[in-house]
Amino acid sequence: MKEVNLEKANKAESTRDLASEFSGWEKRLSAGEKKFPSRPARFTSWSDMDMPLLSTPLDLSREKFDYLEDLGFPGEFPYTRGVQRNMYRGKFWTMRQFAGFSSAAETNGRFKMLLANGQMGLSTAFDMPTLMGYDADSPRSKGEVGKCGVAVSSLEDMEELFAGIDLGEITTSMTINGPAIVVLMMYYAVAEKQGVPREKVKGTLQNDILKEYIAQKEWLFPVKPATELVIDTIEYGAKNFPNWNTVSISGYHIREAGATAVQELAFTLADGLAYVDRCLARGMDIDSFAPRLSFFFDVHNDFFEEIAKFRAARRIWARLMRDRYGAKDPKSWMLRTHAQTAGVSLTAQQPHNNIVRVAIQALAAVMGGTNSLHTNSMDETMALPTDEAVMIALRTQQVIAEESGVTNVVDPFGGSYFMESLTNRVERDALDYIRRIDEMGGMMNAVEQGFPQAEIANAAYHFQRQLESKDKVMVGVNKHIVKEEKRQMATLYIDRSVEKRQIEKLVALRAKRDSKAVAAALEIVKADATAGKNMCPSILEAVKTYATLQEICDTLRGVYGIYQDVGGF
Amino acid sequence: MSNPNEKIRVLVAKPGLDGHDRGAKVIARALRDAGFEVIYTGLHQTPEMVVRAAVDEDVHVVGLSILSGAHNALVPEIIDGLKKEGLTDVLFVVGGIIPDEDIVSLKELGVHMVFTPGTSLQEVVDYIQGAAPKRN
Repeated sequence: MKEVNLEKANKAESTRDLASEFSGWEKRLSAGEKKFPSRPARFTSWSDMDMPLLSTPLDLSREKFDYLEDLGFPGEFPYTRGVQRNMYRGKFWTMRQFAGFSSAAETNGRFKMLLANGQMGLSTAFDMPTLMGYDADSPRSKGEVGKCGVAVSSLEDMEELFAGIDLGEITTSMTINGPAIVVLMMYYAVAEKQGVPREKVKGTLQNDILKEYIAQKEWLFPVKPATELVIDTIEYGAKNFPNWNTVSISGYHIREAGATAVQELAFTLADGLAYVDRCLARGMDIDSFAPRLSFFFDVHNDFFEEIAKFRAARRIWARLMRDRYGAKDPKSWMLRTHAQTAGVSLTAQQPHNNIVRVAIQALAAVMGGTNSLHTNSMDETMALPTDEAVMIALRTQQVIAEESGVTNVVDPFGGSYFMESLTNRVERDALDYIRRIDEMGGMMNAVEQGFPQAEIANAAYHFQRQLESKDKVMVGVNKHIVKEEKRQMATLYIDRSVEKRQIEKLVALRAKRDSKAVAAALEIVKADATAGKNMCPSILEAVKTYATLQEICDTLRGVYGIYQDVGGF
Repeated sequence: MSNPNEKIRVLVAKPGLDGHDRGAKVIARALRDAGFEVIYTGLHQTPEMVVRAAVDEDVHVVGLSILSGAHNALVPEIIDGLKKEGLTDVLFVVGGIIPDEDIVSLKELGVHMVFTPGTSLQEVVDYIQGAAPKRN
């Protein structure tokens, strides 16, 4: 306690008074309830946490809340109130809309449209074959090319994707994991070709393979070698591309797969701890890489629960980094995060309602102090978004930033009895999970045992049951339904001709490139993988010969083997 | 062997590269809780793998979960494969993000039912209960 004795005594006395006042109020409340009974429901958050009717200073004194210890000031340890001192007065969060579809050339066009309309950074979605390390002409890619993102099979596609965009001027986020190391080397190669100095190459690679096994399920290799590839990029990036975030430790997919807010937070931070542990095992200094670790959270329906999650995330991470690992650089303590509104919360029914959901979620992310934000488009339950839908989503962020007034004040919920109490609770419950995962030997072991996967599957099933019983309501889905509703929204349709053109391009590429150089480069990739070397240098050389994504990944599969889904439910 | 009380066996399959398995796993569990015998393939199955599993397990129902947009490429291959293997007396259902115009063409190919987002578990259970082939 930091207060002087007199204040302490006053505080104790006022708390005692408050306690008796409060119990008096509770009696009057239950008398009143006879007249106006509360709705016969459990009052729970979207993640099914029981919510209090009212919070008072009693909650905070019971939890030994201490302003300086638990909140401090913005931009200072433990960062509960945000990582920048002046937060959005200095600069707004980065408005970053995820985009990618069809061919590199078409996505390049969408990128330029977004940049022209005030977007501040790029974010790339890749198609399923690319995410799984297959070229467009693989039999496994049939029907999937360009569907859920842009098809990138070689450096040639990457060059087209960023044609006419100065990589020294913008920041780019790339959402890819299994073959992330290959795609990152392609990006570095494009930057090199553009003549951009290495320190000016800025952006984020998702590259969080542990959450793939947990939730998103786009994996290539078994858990251990795949995790070492992530560490390779952290190690190489720290030395060569000092302003690139090599990993975006992601809760988004964990949440979308059905996790609760607490599970999302706990599993994400535990993934982060696993990467930190592996880096330290290689002898890296914590402060040499921790400042480049970034995060990515979902922002879901429950306004308060989400704000509490972001606040708790920053506090837990700061304390773990300083106290568990002895990090000294404040940048190592800071949890910087991107956020995306919850895709699973959107409904195909009455899809215009999604605009409202997204706005509320986006507001929660901003109140929670996010550093970057993607707002989903209203049509994303049906297809990739149209230009018009993307524009509304971007404008939603701009309205919050420019019109709502919330950017004037840092952490406006700080000090709210309810918010502080909820933040404490989310933190406590997340730390419980982290302790259990520590006891299993860390997240790599927990994943191999299927622990987080089973927890998420249980939560997803529980939620679905709650929807069926209307314990949880989704407007337009299980309440306020419009009968005989026709889907009339125009959606983006990716036709199969993309696949054909992409295959033709690959055939032409294979004919014109120096196939001896490709073969020699792949031999070095194989030798380095077998020897357990850092894989970045050999993969960078291989992509420059126009070895394809799949050729490089197949070489690695030959050394590491592949991961098979256990298929439990 | 004919057995009137034989449990209805349902194959829940995730063909293609799509990793979104939340729906498939929730459906698999709901069907199991409703008393069906459920075989879940796990992720990233080729059409051949799905056909092989359906034949090996001698299922009454094949349910595919596809959210990636690859249904027009994957579904015909699986239907053809089942026909070639002589597995014709099978209820064939698809769940996922399927545009309305594609639902029509999938049904023409022989898909009996397409479940789109917002379908309740009970609707799926009731439908399968009523429509699964009785092999007496």
